Amino acid sequence: MTGTINSLLVVVLLVNLFMLGASRMRALIHAAASQGVILSFMPLLLAARLDWIAVVVAGVTIGLKGLIIPRILHKALRDAKIKREVEPLIGFLPTMLLGALGTVLSLVLAACLPVVGHPVSNLVIPVSLSTILTGFLLLTTRVKAITQVIGYLILENGIYIFGMLLLAAVPFLVELGILLDLFVGIFVVSIIIHHINQTFSSMDTRQLTALRE
Amino acid sequence: MALSLINMVMHLVLLAAAPPLMLGLIQRTKALLAGRKGPPLLQPYYDLYKLLRKGIVLSKTATWIFRAGPMVTLVAVLLGGLLVPFGTSAAPLHFQGDVILLIYVLALARFFTSLAALDTGSSFEGMGAAREVTFACLSEAALMLGLLVLIKFSGSLSLNTMLRAPAMHAFAMLPVASLMLAAVGMFIVLLAENARIPVDDPATHLELTMIHEVMVLDHSGPLLALVNYGAAVKLFVFAALFLHFVPPVPSASPALNWAVFAAEMLGVAVAIGLVESLMARLRLTHVPTLLVAASLLCGFGFILMLR
Repeated sequence: MTGTINSLLVVVLLVNLFMLGASRMRALIHAAASQGVILSFMPLLLAARLDWIAVVVAGVTIGLKGLIIPRILHKALRDAKIKREVEPLIGFLPTMLLGALGTVLSLVLAACLPVVGHPVSNLVIPVSLSTILTGFLLLTTRVKAITQVIGYLILENGIYIFGMLLLAAVPFLVELGILLDLFVGIFVVSIIIHHINQTFSSMDTRQLTALRE
Repeated sequence: MALSLINMVMHLVLLAAAPPLMLGLIQRTKALLAGRKGPPLLQPYYDLYKLLRKGIVLSKTATWIFRAGPMVTLVAVLLGGLLVPFGTSAAPLHFQGDVILLIYVLALARFFTSLAALDTGSSFEGMGAAREVTFACLSEAALMLGLLVLIKFSGSLSLNTMLRAPAMHAFAMLPVASLMLAAVGMFIVLLAENARIPVDDPATHLELTMIHEVMVLDHSGPLLALVNYGAAVKLFVFAALFLHFVPPVPSASPALNWAVFAAEMLGVAVAIGLVESLMARLRLTHVPTLLVAASLLCGFGFILMLR
């Protein structure tokens, strides 16, 4: 039990590292999708007994994070004719090292935090913090708008892992509400990306900081 | 006593005879995935036999170092093979602290390969040697961090104890998370150290990209046979090392242990063939990223052990 959860969490860590080093958009989207799918399985493993609500939530999460959201992103990639290379502000190696530093810090931090550890796995909090940090890194160090969407996706994954600590306390309705928000958010952003692309020639978020009359 | 003797003989026979078979299996896997029939499984043995009967052409600047290079390399990797236990059976040679000897004999092998490359006086081979040692800096770090995980787990500095520690404990007792991280890191090290595809392409002679092939370009005849055989042994040793990071299949009978080990080694060969078929070789500037990632993974594994 602990072994299975821990190995899933390690795979999540590996995906984090891979995403920080990935140089292709497609690889990034696939990695984010697979991370979402792995995470959706976890509540099923953690639940004391399987009830149909848990199964439905897991099914909806897998469908949304594993199929629909990646499809929307791929479509946005195609429609907006975005180049397939990820454009980093700081190089891939420095971001990976930053991510590694973040992971080490979250391991240290998780030991200091005054929260009750998870009964099954002591990796939940560090992996959650490290995933949130990975999301932030992707948000801040990648230039393209679509990479920032993926950054948000990873950020949400991190919060989702943290939510597993409160699995008994958080009603599934809230979980589904968050999922819906995420879905709508990504849907809207992909439409916005399409429109920006039609109006302006560039999708570079750096140009958002420079105002012109 | 008789049992340990049989184990030792098995170890020596496998170490001496099996390595080229792994190369054959990798080639066969790649060929099948590419829709070809591929060379026979024993082709590497035929190649070695062919090369041994040929003459040697020496560069004008070559000294005794050039001739000693492949021999020292081969002896060093064979010594490494004696230190690493195969599967759950004990290694023929073991003492406290031999993990450091392993790291150094592997470094010695590399040192002499690159020295022989420099000795030819060709700037092209010098470039290959430079690449080899540059990447070695990074892959050795990953190797040491990976070994550190098992040292911490077993509390022993002898390869014989530390590498077999996962097999000696019940699955529930294992630090699965650390072992998984280290296993991924060690697999990258295995590919990098043996000039396999994401790092180096063993099948091409493209000037701009190759590493190991450049260094051995001037070797011919029996010397090339020694180089190729040494490379195969090195692959075999690294694969045996890597297998200890994969949670083991427990079995009671020693005969079964050897069967499991052989099956696992063939599995590693197929896995390498799959990676080589499915991945493109990385651009030379991206190789350090991959190797740093391997070090980070092994490092994470070690940090998780410390908690």
